[in-house]
Amino acid sequence: MLEIVEDGLNLPVPPPQIQPEMSVFWEALRVGELLLPHCRRCEFVVWSPRPYCPKCGSFDVDWVSASGDGVVYSFTVNRRGKGFNKKYQEIGPYIVAYVELAEGPRILTNIVDADVDSVEIGVRVRGVVHRAGDDVIVRFRPVEGESAHVDSSGGAP
Amino acid sequence: MSSKGGAYIVGAYESPDRVIPDRSTAQLTAEVAVAALADAGLTMEDVDGFACTADLDALPLAMSEYLGLRNLRWVDTTMTGGSSPLVQLGHAAAAIVRGQCEVVLITLAQRARSAPGERNRGFNPEGPFEEVYGLNTMGSYALAARRHMYEFGTTSEQLAWVKASASLHAQHNPNAFIQRPITVEEVLDSPMLSDPLHRLDSCVVTDGAGAVVVVSPAVKARLNRVGAKVLGQAETVKGTDLGRVDLTYTGARFTGPRAFEEAGISPSDIDYASIYDSFTITVIETIEDLGFCEKGDGGRFVADGGLLASGRLPVNTDGGGLCNNHPGKGGMMRLIEAVRQVRGETTPAVQVPDCELVLVHGTGGQLGTRMGSSTVILGVEDA
Ligand SMILES: [Zn+2]
Repeated sequence: MLEIVEDGLNLPVPPPQIQPEMSVFWEALRVGELLLPHCRRCEFVVWSPRPYCPKCGSFDVDWVSASGDGVVYSFTVNRRGKGFNKKYQEIGPYIVAYVELAEGPRILTNIVDADVDSVEIGVRVRGVVHRAGDDVIVRFRPVEGESAHVDSSGGAP
Repeated sequence: MSSKGGAYIVGAYESPDRVIPDRSTAQLTAEVAVAALADAGLTMEDVDGFACTADLDALPLAMSEYLGLRNLRWVDTTMTGGSSPLVQLGHAAAAIVRGQCEVVLITLAQRARSAPGERNRGFNPEGPFEEVYGLNTMGSYALAARRHMYEFGTTSEQLAWVKASASLHAQHNPNAFIQRPITVEEVLDSPMLSDPLHRLDSCVVTDGAGAVVVVSPAVKARLNRVGAKVLGQAETVKGTDLGRVDLTYTGARFTGPRAFEEAGISPSDIDYASIYDSFTITVIETIEDLGFCEKGDGGRFVADGGLLASGRLPVNTDGGGLCNNHPGKGGMMRLIEAVRQVRGETTPAVQVPDCELVLVHGTGGQLGTRMGSSTVILGVEDA
């Protein structure tokens, strides 16, 4: 389970568009669980989430709980918002990143609770759920300590 | 397909205007359509095929009526972002070879500067997992640039060379949005907007419009006009690899080899290339993927003037999207400069001598997520 943070958020929690087949994902995230679709036929862990396996075409998909551990694959510091999402228009700087989850997927996210000049590719991060009312979003924080940085060799599997 | 039966671009026109507060995209489409047809020696009455890029206020159905196209036997409303006209060119050439139509008009008009409008964000499946994080266009390309730097040692100076080279071409283009030379230092000193990309790593944001006319060999034989033969075209969509995105390459990795194979040539045969240049990183990744250099060597390839008209690979001699014209979607403008080069009709200061084989590559969408990619190869008409 991931830590849930409700107060003192300096980034918005935009209401996600919730499609009917995705309610289980969002309900879990509201209580701190990041669910990843897992294909029972080919064992693929799917991203972005949907109850369908884009690798083999199967609908025999269940949900597994992500550990929350990841490594920064790439990142940028947006100095001014102007994001596709209007809630970011007047915000900045903030970090947009791809984090490679321990389970395999590289997911788009924000790196939070970090100095914008201190993040690097290969930094170990851990998921945190930001919650504002019913709206939730999963973000990542740098992990402190000795093993905070790993080589990120790259290349899609 | 096209290399066997043959299809020719016999008309091309790019609006000279870059800031257009006073006309709609529909009206601009009419202007460039009439002008491109006139360039070919044809009229609206001759057109039996039509392709245009869907825009906020000029949908293809409405546009065919607005233009007065009454003899349509073939239409294409492909939307792959800025690469759409290049995809449509391939579709048009195939339709001409098949005998479905003989005179195809392809248009693009957009007012990204004067009327940027709302992005029409209905539901898209990636929205809840991307847009909610404040991703923006430049940030998306910055993610790719950062990873390319990490894996291959590409530098900000090398990225800046792409802009500087475009500006050295644009100074000879009286219609270019930026007409003064920009130095590498100037790019590096411009504000950092989305690390590692600076403001001047970005294309210009303009209004603009352009059109080309593609015809069959029989129609071309009736015209007293030099044509550019469509020798090869390929298209694909490159996305996030089922959630394991690799930001270091583009769809050109797949479309380049297929277009070269169809044309029966290799990258070393190309005399001039129009490379989609939404941002500086777009060019570096694309020339690697097309095989003009090894993967990872793009930064070294573009440094010290590699892309200049006098360099090892002349690229975007009109100034490109980085300095000349990028009306939100830029593939049409890249195509038109390639037609000018192969017809020997571009600005004399940047005309490549004996220019016989040219390449155009379009990258629509986003380098950081998913893109529509298309590679086109054109040749002098008797190539
Ligand atoms: Zn599967």
